[in-house]
Amino acid sequence: MAASATYEVKNEYGEVINTSTGLSNKKLLMWAFLGSDVMFFGSFIATFLVYRNRSLVGPYPADVLDIPITSVSTFVLLMSSLAMVLALSYIQQGRQKLGTFWIFSVVVLGAIFLLFQVYEFNHFVHLGLTPRTNLFGTTFFILTGLHGAHVTLGVLWLMFLGFGSLKGTLRADNAIDLELAGLYWHFVDIVWIVIFTVIYLISARDVAPPGSPPFVGH
Amino acid sequence: MRLPRIFPRPTSEHGIWSWVSTVDHKRIGTLYAVTSFLWFLVGGVEALLMRLQLSQADSTLIDPETFNQLFTMHGTTMVFLVVMPLSAAFFNWLVPLQIGARDVAFPRLNALSYWIFLFGSLFLNFSWVVGDAPNGGWFGYAPNSHVAYNPTDGMTYWVIGLNILGVASIAAGLNFIVTILNMRAPGMTLTKMPVFTWMTFVTSVLIVLALPVLTVALIQLQVDRLYGTNFYNSAAGGDPVLWQHVFWLFGHPEVYILILPAMGIVSEILPVFSRKPLFGYSFLVFAGVAIGFMGWFVWSHHMFTVGLGPAANSAFAISTMAIAIPTGVKIFNWLGTMWGGSIRFSTAMLFAISFIAMFTIGGLSGVMHASVPTDAQQQDTYFVVAHFHYVLFGGAIMAIFGGIYFWWPKATGYMLSEGWGKANWLIMLIGFNLQFAPQHWLGLDGMPRRVFTYAENMGWENTNMYASAGGFLMALGVLLFIINVFYSARKRVPAGDDPWDGRTLEWTMSSPPPHYNFATIPVVEHRDDFWFKKYPETIAEYYHDDHAGELTAPSGAQFDDDVDMAEDEHAEAHASDHHGDDDHGHGDIHLPDMSYYPFILALGLTIVGAGLMTIIPVIIIGTIVLLWGLIGWSMEPVNDPAPDGAAHGH
Ligand code: HEM
Ligand SMILES: [Cu+2]
Repeated sequence: MAASATYEVKNEYGEVINTSTGLSNKKLLMWAFLGSDVMFFGSFIATFLVYRNRSLVGPYPADVLDIPITSVSTFVLLMSSLAMVLALSYIQQGRQKLGTFWIFSVVVLGAIFLLFQVYEFNHFVHLGLTPRTNLFGTTFFILTGLHGAHVTLGVLWLMFLGFGSLKGTLRADNAIDLELAGLYWHFVDIVWIVIFTVIYLISARDVAPPGSPPFVGH
Repeated sequence: MRLPRIFPRPTSEHGIWSWVSTVDHKRIGTLYAVTSFLWFLVGGVEALLMRLQLSQADSTLIDPETFNQLFTMHGTTMVFLVVMPLSAAFFNWLVPLQIGARDVAFPRLNALSYWIFLFGSLFLNFSWVVGDAPNGGWFGYAPNSHVAYNPTDGMTYWVIGLNILGVASIAAGLNFIVTILNMRAPGMTLTKMPVFTWMTFVTSVLIVLALPVLTVALIQLQVDRLYGTNFYNSAAGGDPVLWQHVFWLFGHPEVYILILPAMGIVSEILPVFSRKPLFGYSFLVFAGVAIGFMGWFVWSHHMFTVGLGPAANSAFAISTMAIAIPTGVKIFNWLGTMWGGSIRFSTAMLFAISFIAMFTIGGLSGVMHASVPTDAQQQDTYFVVAHFHYVLFGGAIMAIFGGIYFWWPKATGYMLSEGWGKANWLIMLIGFNLQFAPQHWLGLDGMPRRVFTYAENMGWENTNMYASAGGFLMALGVLLFIINVFYSARKRVPAGDDPWDGRTLEWTMSSPPPHYNFATIPVVEHRDDFWFKKYPETIAEYYHDDHAGELTAPSGAQFDDDVDMAEDEHAEAHASDHHGDDDHGHGDIHLPDMSYYPFILALGLTIVGAGLMTIIPVIIIGTIVLLWGLIGWSMEPVNDPAPDGAAHGH
């Protein structure tokens, strides 16, 4: 990065930023934060994998996981990323109404995903799986729960921005604020893809490991 | 969009509220320094109590339970409340000055980091007040730290306290990454950055990546302790080895978080007092980056006796030995810097040289227990205690003291006494070696660590007595430092701008630096820019043909000179405008207004943390305070509109 000390650059929104890299400070901050969050989720996912097939009692993944239902909620979350892309693009172009519409679409899709999660958690508790039941319950609820907390935060943040867009305080010239929320949102989505793969695709057929009794229900 | 204000925005630059609401990196640096120095005294007292207990065989002065609390809190304090925040004090004070910036990238976030650190540290130590200090070691090994074996509240304080502190560290790390990448003065390319700034950058990256791993371990233990989950519940199959993996995956990068800033500090001191540029700048920087990278692949050397099997043990033995290579490179860089220089043995220089010597000893014992069979003898003995004190006290603390003597004149405007300083250095160095050198022998002789006493017939009494005497000598050294501070504050020998004939940008400005740091943002042409501007005739001596490119303005500086000058004059006018004008804050966009919200937000976060000890009403109160801080913050513009109504806010 030899030619790094350029001053007086304009970013894509036309605001003058005096930074050595030409990236805005906020954007760099968000990227660095996401790097940090990778380690956070990475450690929890690793924990899930380490404890895979090590529960001493049921229910085991095969007793409770429902791939079709979670595939639907996964699809909803993925579509919310598409809505996010559209929202940012319209806001950047100054097409305020469409932008606002798509921001609230992200909010709604995110909320639907969360409702699926609430349903799933409830359902599992009915089937006899809680965070205290066994290692699978502990690792499953804490990992997906923390992901859900990230989604919740994103929904609140986007709601805040959506109202800003309604009132006109979020516009083309400060669309960077929406872009940051977008980076966060896409990241949370990608994390879900990994979680979905690890929990639902890789572990969904896991039954009682050798030495542990099969689950017979309550 | 503006909330009704409960408090008017702070504007006064004096008094306690100006400190509570400050966003000035220099003041925040001072807050970090003072706070962590106080914790240094607390951690020191904990250590002295342990040394008193260990000075005799079969001593009953301190009961085993209290001893557990003492070594847990001593380690936790020294790592998280002393060396990390003392380093943060240096980051705060120096990084903007060294890169030619007026502040860090996010001044309010910076203030937030400090307040979270302060409240988190108070929360952790509150456990002493309720008589339930953490007792599971700074490594918190599960399942020993699990409720099943540790039913008192101590480890809950530890888990929540460290989680709060982790937020502070991550926020600060993010801030310095952005600051260093983005806020450099024109011409200050990455390869011209002072080494201290470089090491701050590497450390910040490590903090941002390693602390979340600790956070995960802590959350797992926390939900286990508070809500009965099974991460480390042996009865449900929870695995103690998993804790060790997660903790040390954080823990080893953490030891580099502790030492890299110290390496940066000595890399600034040595060239100044040798009157030579740093020997092998690129090698030194690269070695620092390499250490930061390789530090991720060695963690299991803390687990050689767990029984991971020969393949894992060999791999981690090799990576651990390999990491000694970049470490050795640095040592030779420092020696090469002094070689042939005209050395002045100032107090700062003496500390820096002691750093090299002591750190090398610690590095050598480190390589010894990088060998698996050797470590089987040394694990959990005083040999390891000797090792990490040579790198942490002999290394990090020595360098930090050197840094204090070196930059004190810049920060305060007056000199620290060299006479008292040298006494401080000598007593501390002797005391340190008297305490920790014998622990190598004790460890090889089998004396276990983390045990509150030993039997009379083990033959360890004399050696332990020396060690304890050394401990009290070190305390005397610290006392001499405190005397020096008060003595010098009375004497007030003016420092001038450049007392040591310095090399980097911080020495170009007045001491103490003005509020806005640089009236004119400097344009950097060389490494050690200030030196070569003072002594242009020495350029040819140090920059040979292969570096010819560095003699001229860097290719990166293709900004338009006229525009730049105009901008700078504008900034200067602005800065001086506000200098003598205390009652209306700083309209300059480079100097954000003061704010209470970081303080409020940090307070709310800590109250929520405290409430997690299952006191629901406290969680609610904390959440309200937290939201107040958060919403107030996000509604508050960085700068208020000018009072004449020239609004530029929302
Ligand atoms: C040449 C470089 C180094 C090597 C090869 C090395 C190697 C090791 C090894 C193998 C251990 C485990 C010993 C055992 O428990 O049996 C260890 C422990 C330790 N090292 Fe180092 N080390 C090095 C540098 C450092 C540095 C720079 C620091 C900190 C500034 C440090 C801090 C520690 C600490 C705190 C422990 C003990 C942790 C505990 O068990 O509580 N080391 N080191
Ligand atoms: Cu290590």
